[in-house]
Amino acid sequence: MKQIFTNAQVLVSGKDIPQASNITVDGDRISQIGAEISDNGYTQIDCNGALMAPGIVDLGVFAIDKPAFHFGGITRAALMPDQSPVLDLPAMIKHNASEGKPDLWSHPIAAATKGLAGAELAEIGLMKQAGARAVSTGRSWIADSGIMLKLLHYCRSLDMPVIVHSEDRGLTAGAAATSGETATRLGLSSAPASAEALSIARDIALVRESGAKVHFRQVTTAQGLDLIRQAKADGLPVTCGITPAHLFLSDIAISDFRTFAKLSPPLRSEEDRMACLEAVKDGTIDVISSGHDPRGPEDKRLPFAEAEFGMAGAETLLALSLNLVRDGYIDLCRLFELLSTSPARILGVQAGQIAKGFEADLILVDLDAPWQIDTRKMAAAAGNTPFDKLPVQGRVRAIYKGGKAL
Amino acid sequence: MTIDQTGSPSTAGHQFPAGSDAFPHRHLLGIAGLQPWEILFLLKEAEQWVNLNRQSSKHTNRLDGLTVINAFFENSTRTLLSFEIAGKRMGADVVNMHAAQSSVKKGETLIDTAVTLNAMRADAIVIRHASSGAVQLIADKVDCPVLNAGDGSHEHPTQALLDALTIQRRKGDISGLTITICGDVMHSRVARSNIYCLTTLGAQVRVCAPTSLLPAALDRMNVEAFSHFDEALDGADVVMMLRLQNERMNGDFIPSPREFHHLYGLTRDRLKLAKSDALVMHPGPMNRGVEISSDVADDPDRSAITEQVEMGVAVRMACLDVLTRRLRGVEGWS
Repeated sequence: MKQIFTNAQVLVSGKDIPQASNITVDGDRISQIGAEISDNGYTQIDCNGALMAPGIVDLGVFAIDKPAFHFGGITRAALMPDQSPVLDLPAMIKHNASEGKPDLWSHPIAAATKGLAGAELAEIGLMKQAGARAVSTGRSWIADSGIMLKLLHYCRSLDMPVIVHSEDRGLTAGAAATSGETATRLGLSSAPASAEALSIARDIALVRESGAKVHFRQVTTAQGLDLIRQAKADGLPVTCGITPAHLFLSDIAISDFRTFAKLSPPLRSEEDRMACLEAVKDGTIDVISSGHDPRGPEDKRLPFAEAEFGMAGAETLLALSLNLVRDGYIDLCRLFELLSTSPARILGVQAGQIAKGFEADLILVDLDAPWQIDTRKMAAAAGNTPFDKLPVQGRVRAIYKGGKAL
Repeated sequence: MTIDQTGSPSTAGHQFPAGSDAFPHRHLLGIAGLQPWEILFLLKEAEQWVNLNRQSSKHTNRLDGLTVINAFFENSTRTLLSFEIAGKRMGADVVNMHAAQSSVKKGETLIDTAVTLNAMRADAIVIRHASSGAVQLIADKVDCPVLNAGDGSHEHPTQALLDALTIQRRKGDISGLTITICGDVMHSRVARSNIYCLTTLGAQVRVCAPTSLLPAALDRMNVEAFSHFDEALDGADVVMMLRLQNERMNGDFIPSPREFHHLYGLTRDRLKLAKSDALVMHPGPMNRGVEISSDVADDPDRSAITEQVEMGVAVRMACLDVLTRRLRGVEGWS
């Protein structure tokens, strides 16, 4: 299949502003980019001046939820190993890697330890052969620093990145919120925000020791971000991510025991939230992901302490993230580095940017299209969003996976 | 100024808005968010029931024909008994549901239990649950008024009301009093409701505990936090001791009961630091010799502990009466 996309404003890799350009796609790859390409022999697709961006690569989702991903312009999703059963065997990686193809690619992430129990290493090498592109501790934590160091050494030798969840369980076990006025008023058991910095500090020390690549999946506190900033300045191979929820909501969102805002890590203080926005601006944060975790009433319509963590975030990821551009924290090109390019690079896949030879995962975005987030009308498997009724702008009008329109 | 027949010193002559404007809420889920006059209105309403409860015939037919369900998902003896007596003295049919006997143990969700209780057409439901926010969750699913009888570490509003009534009857106006709350503030719903209630009524509230038992950001709740008991007691008008749960006494939060008693137990000597007429309170049940010594607890001049229990019934009668007025079509309560 040979196609040419004409009349698009393209976020070309390496350029600061969208370029008026044509793009040709041969098979599933981008073959040429330029304003003067001839359309001879290509099937033409007129983009009517719309913005063309690389498909979003969602690093660290908890469910494969195709309708939500497609609504949100997500063409690849890296699936966390916290499934039932846990993704700790090669057969499960193989099974999950093919789920969703061809119109969505899922990249299952290998569990670091058997059952994510933090005790014995899982068969990471065999899982790599079966298609795993990263290893993760899931939402749990490896308490034993000796095991963590062995894991990092081992993953270094396999050249596999390790995705970690940064909360010291000694502090956060049983906690439903971050310590502060809101948790105190509601009488919820809480953990201090420093639980995050504590676990990041340890893992950075172990990165220094092992040289392994570590991606801190969600860093949500000023203290934690300072540690990452310093580690990067020291030249360590660390990256970090965040979700829009932690950028646009503080712990006040859990008032009235709103379980849709019960997240892991929890929503933080306003001061921490502002520090996160600054870290997006100064480049400390590398990835914005949805943390997509659709949960129905059986998991969420419970007393706060008993409700599950997590939010359905896939379809709101782009629209919410566009606020960062409107508010002047970053430009549009940087936004798609955070949403697409960096996560693809961490996973080691040739996708996530509009460049010659890369996978033709493309989205056409209407930046101004207004819509309202509505928990009852979500495309996702469940409507557990803390952003219910929020008016947003920006909508995906077309999505192409490997050049094929979905 | 009018003389209030019930003799309460501080609500005497206080003007309340007419009808349901005096207490416009459908449920009583907590003290947080209540206006000072709404709290004072409930206290004023309770006074008549204090008087009735001291008669030989303690009965009114005000709630005749109404069904009150006490749904207790967490064990309780005194609060359950207090609500049961309150409902029965007002003529309601009172039914108690204990979690131990309920389908909760069979895995039914709280929402399903709420829907079931609702379908039985209760006219008021009193709920206690071990999880913060659980009572609000049920209240959102039922058609009748819900009274929170304690949810996790969140709120226990009727306890705060009965404490306020006790203080008001002994000390007069609560505004301007210095009140020290000592004990496991972090896990205490009694402490939270009392903090909301007493600060709303204008008292200076101090809380005291080892820092490991104090929650974060207390300064944002208009209270002063102490970890030295002697300092917290200095010049206090009221000393309110909290119950220390047994499971927190064995090395987890504090090393031992005897160490706690040494540092935070209210003894006769310590009490001398407070005002000479300071009132001693405790929500019960007490750990004698741990948070409070027996000679203080049993001193009729200083201790209001049994009076608190008495006020509890009256306050709960007032709450059941006020919350069911709409249902009963009382004039002005539409």
